Amino acid sequence: MTAAPPTKPATRTMTMVAAINDALAIALERDPAVHVFGEDVGVMGGVFRATDGLQARFGAQRVFDTPLAEAGIVGMGVGMGLAGLRPVAEIQFAGFLYPALDQVLSHVGRYRHRTRGRYHVPMVVRAPYGGGVHTPEQHADSPEAILAHVPGVKVVIPSTPTDAKGLLLAAIEDPDPVFFFEAIKLYRSTKEEVPEGHYTIPLGKARVVTEGDDVTVITYGGMVDVSRKAADAARAHGIGVEVIDLRTITPLDTETVLASVRKTGRAVVVTEAPRTGGYHSEIAAVIAEEAIDALLAPVVRVTGFDAPYPPFTSIEDTYRPNPARVARAIKQVMAY
Amino acid sequence: MTTNSTADLLQVLNEHGEVVRPDLLPDASTLTMLYRAMRRIRHFDERAVVLHRQGRMGVFPPYGGMEASQAGTALALTPEDWLLPTYRDTGAALAYGLPVSTTVAYWRTSPHGWAMPEHLKVLPFYIPIATQYPHAVGCAVAEARQGTQNVAMAYIGDGGSSEGQFHEALNFAGALNAPCVFILQNNGWAISVPTRTQTRATNLSKRADGYGIPGVRVDGNDIIAVYHAASEAVARARRSEGPTLIETVTYRVKPHTVSDDPSRYRTEDLTREWEAKDPVVRLAAYLRAQKLWDDAHEDALQSEIVEEFEAAVREADTYPEPSPTEILDHVFAEPTPQLRAQGEELRREVNA
Repeated sequence: MTAAPPTKPATRTMTMVAAINDALAIALERDPAVHVFGEDVGVMGGVFRATDGLQARFGAQRVFDTPLAEAGIVGMGVGMGLAGLRPVAEIQFAGFLYPALDQVLSHVGRYRHRTRGRYHVPMVVRAPYGGGVHTPEQHADSPEAILAHVPGVKVVIPSTPTDAKGLLLAAIEDPDPVFFFEAIKLYRSTKEEVPEGHYTIPLGKARVVTEGDDVTVITYGGMVDVSRKAADAARAHGIGVEVIDLRTITPLDTETVLASVRKTGRAVVVTEAPRTGGYHSEIAAVIAEEAIDALLAPVVRVTGFDAPYPPFTSIEDTYRPNPARVARAIKQVMAY
Repeated sequence: MTTNSTADLLQVLNEHGEVVRPDLLPDASTLTMLYRAMRRIRHFDERAVVLHRQGRMGVFPPYGGMEASQAGTALALTPEDWLLPTYRDTGAALAYGLPVSTTVAYWRTSPHGWAMPEHLKVLPFYIPIATQYPHAVGCAVAEARQGTQNVAMAYIGDGGSSEGQFHEALNFAGALNAPCVFILQNNGWAISVPTRTQTRATNLSKRADGYGIPGVRVDGNDIIAVYHAASEAVARARRSEGPTLIETVTYRVKPHTVSDDPSRYRTEDLTREWEAKDPVVRLAAYLRAQKLWDDAHEDALQSEIVEEFEAAVREADTYPEPSPTEILDHVFAEPTPQLRAQGEELRREVNA
């Protein structure tokens, strides 16, 4: 199902939000079953403009604004998926997904199972997540672990424009429900040459961002850049850091994670979610179960704190892991 | 109390067996069709309780007394339409066309009862309350977007109409002009909580007003009125005129489930009062008075129903128990590496 980018692809410089917009346009163009909906996605083009121009191009039947009710949006998407469409819903911020968790937990991930394969929900729910841009209260949450704990749903979190486009197209074409979290911090802060036209990046395959022999840093989404900066700083001190961008947390590419940890013997897991029960803990557990013999130091987690994300601009960066904190964790596992 | 109020209540055949709306009376073949459907689903309800007592059925929520509300609504659909029943709506699913053997299997917790037949658009009985209402909107919107005239019919109880998603769905359906028919079976109780504790409202059909959609209040024990209202609502939806909320005013004369003891929370007086309004008895009396039905018809129907049910149970008896590894089937189209690994773990466990 996956087509690699052409060998000499035509490319265009894009931000992540432009790449997402491009992916949605391609999906709408290719498959009449694709429908994009949510609050403000139509006329306004979404709060971050991810759906900009799509209603004008594809019409208000395919790209439409809904009433303001997250359970209604996700629940309606379930029905649309059951009845043969490919719904792509937008929730304005991942922190606003909570009213829809009843749908997620009760139904979204269960349909194929509870109908023994008779029905399935090929839905994508897109939601911006994460901090670093000084949003108001409750706009910066990272609830990916809550979703990843739900059987039957996939969770994708891109970290580059090229990945965002290819992963989103793969998510839309996937027969199962996918939650697609987009780091707000990355929407416009990174630009790169993105292949034109249709391509997909398979769900469940991690990307090795930088190679190194001493420490593996496992992360995703908005923390990839932070970890890369820490890796660069460590390299200046002679420490070889391998940064792994998971891209999708369910399915988890344990193979790539474990191969790297077996090579380096040290692991640091970085997320911006609260510490206790986060997805970083799952990764640490997988490493402990499968590769403890290879470990030269305990796995260290670098995360947010077990407190609500602070909406206080001056101290926000204290909550959200920064390169210095990741660098300290790298030193810690090196010094053990 | 809400369920005693007859204000604004659509009736064709009242509880005394009198036709109060002759203009809405259907032809004789429709009347006997409605009667046969109620008798058939009543048999299932009665036998399901017996099978449970024999240990041959799991926990079952009876719907006895609500046959008119269930059959009268579901019979307004074709198999191209969607039916989204709650656990209480086995009767509606049977009337819609769900095979008895599948239904028995479902309530026996067999996977054979979970795989709904390909030729019907019925979803498995919903256990969480009101969560299927937004799904009905989605099914309806999808049908409209794909250019069909198919509709979605979803059920809820008076208790379920307290849930937020009931209100979200009605609002969505109105805003998006979704071809939906929402059936609110006001059966007086949400387990032990009476309607008057659920809400200060005394006419739940008026909730539709808040969403700009029509609300209809029907005598839920008068299948002629129920069928009329449901057929009208389905026809409106097919004409792209949008959703309707139908409140069927009825009563749960049976317990919440076969494990429930209603004597803890209600007196039998009210139940007896409602038993006197029995929908099956009411239509039978009318049909006999009109010489449209007699003992010979009744005996023939009874044999037919018993034969169908017994054959279905025999068929369900042949369905094998699921194998333990079926736990991991149908989670995703393709199992993830994690599920594959857990499958191997499970096989080792089972074989150990």
